[in-house]
Amino acid sequence: MAITVKLPTQLRETVGGVASLQAEGATVGEALESVFASHGELRDRLYQDGDLRRFVNVYLGGEDIRFLDGLKTALPEGAELTILPAVAGGC
Amino acid sequence: MAAKQLKCRECGTEYPLEARYVCSKCFGPLEVGYDHEHITDVSEMRRRIQGGPQNIWRYHDFLPLEGPQPRTRTGLPAGCTPLIRADRLAERLGLGEVWVKNDAANPTHSFKDRVVSVAATRARELGFDTLACASTGNLANSVAAHGAALGMASYVLIPADLEEQKVLATGVYGTNLVKVRGNYDDVNRLCTELSGDRENWAFVNINMRPYYAEGSKTVSYEIAEQLGWEIPDRVVVPIASGSLFTKIGKGFQEFIDVGLIDGDVPIMNGAQATGCSPVAAAFRDGQDFCRPVKPHTIAKSLAIGNPADGPYALDLARATAGSIDSVNDQEIRAGIRLLAETTGVFTETAGGVTTAVLQKLAETGAIGSDERVVIVITGEGLKTLDAVRHSFMDYEVDPTIESFEQAFAGAVQV
Repeated sequence: MAITVKLPTQLRETVGGVASLQAEGATVGEALESVFASHGELRDRLYQDGDLRRFVNVYLGGEDIRFLDGLKTALPEGAELTILPAVAGGC
Repeated sequence: MAAKQLKCRECGTEYPLEARYVCSKCFGPLEVGYDHEHITDVSEMRRRIQGGPQNIWRYHDFLPLEGPQPRTRTGLPAGCTPLIRADRLAERLGLGEVWVKNDAANPTHSFKDRVVSVAATRARELGFDTLACASTGNLANSVAAHGAALGMASYVLIPADLEEQKVLATGVYGTNLVKVRGNYDDVNRLCTELSGDRENWAFVNINMRPYYAEGSKTVSYEIAEQLGWEIPDRVVVPIASGSLFTKIGKGFQEFIDVGLIDGDVPIMNGAQATGCSPVAAAFRDGQDFCRPVKPHTIAKSLAIGNPADGPYALDLARATAGSIDSVNDQEIRAGIRLLAETTGVFTETAGGVTTAVLQKLAETGAIGSDERVVIVITGEGLKTLDAVRHSFMDYEVDPTIESFEQAFAGAVQV
């Protein structure tokens, strides 16, 4: 299934300056794996010990995937994933 | 300046002192690193601080700013708020010595003026012309006011359901006020995305976050100075993202490291609202990370479900033999009343959380009778009036002695 993965500015340099990448997969984890297949250098930036780094947030339709089913969250056709740094905001 | 670099708290990668908040290697948070080796004469440094202005710029040597000190006295100076000895509160709770650091006494009535002063000043040094923020309300007030004082445009994004007082006290400064249909975490996500595309905007708590957060250290600097260069035994601080809590710890540690004060970082107690308590839950469960939650509490200024500095707040509470506790909405309202009735300080819901957690710690015997305790009251009661509505009775009378006497007939005469 065709998925769009939107990248934060911190990662754009790594992939030649583009703001988003196309991915394939039925789940968030599969979609990210398909991105890593063409941009292997992103894996270490986003993952640690096979899971998302604790300061990386991934959103599906504005919802943090940690509130859904994590990397196993199912993706509808044409879904858009947004990756953002977790370290922002607050008081 | 004494600040030397930005450094990732996770992997240690260093970056220059620019508008950058996250490590491009591991996404960890960046923090300002300093070189204070030039401070060898402690007495001289104390005199230098005491001879400074009556605001946070007296601690200029410990903040990440360039330039001569007088230049930074302009704008909207924050800090030097009262530290009040609260004997009646201590007595009510059966404690030895309690002090109230009343940060409602800042220009826009919350501790946020400290962090925004530093972030806005640094933003100007870096050439930004526009301030922006994601806010639960107090930050909105402060960013709008600092924008006005410094002549910078500002964009303030808040959850649409914020307390009316906080909305009015933002719009009055002439900012671009944006109400987002969502909770704070939604607002924050939107701003994080926006900050990637608006390169001339200084989002005080996103791309300026390392500088912004440093402003909170001035709370502990002031407490130490106001206690005669001594460290309290214990400090109770509200936790939203955990940034204030951890930076208060850092502030004490820095003053200890350079020799301005002797001893250890105080026992650090964090205070959360049960309706949004990811850090307290992680503390209770012995975890070193925070599971995000959907906030549901009257303490909207603490309603951050995905706390960025949660892991570091957990580390600090454990390292100092402190704790992170939570209190429910009823206890929060009671906490506001308790502080008001015993100290004359009227605080917002976040201060109710802090006071109620102090009460809880006192009741469980966690606080020794010989301890000197400071509670950090971060905001003003007039901003969350709904929390105290109908919490007391009043009298309505005709303008006659008879009517007055009738109203009080049967009431206990004092």
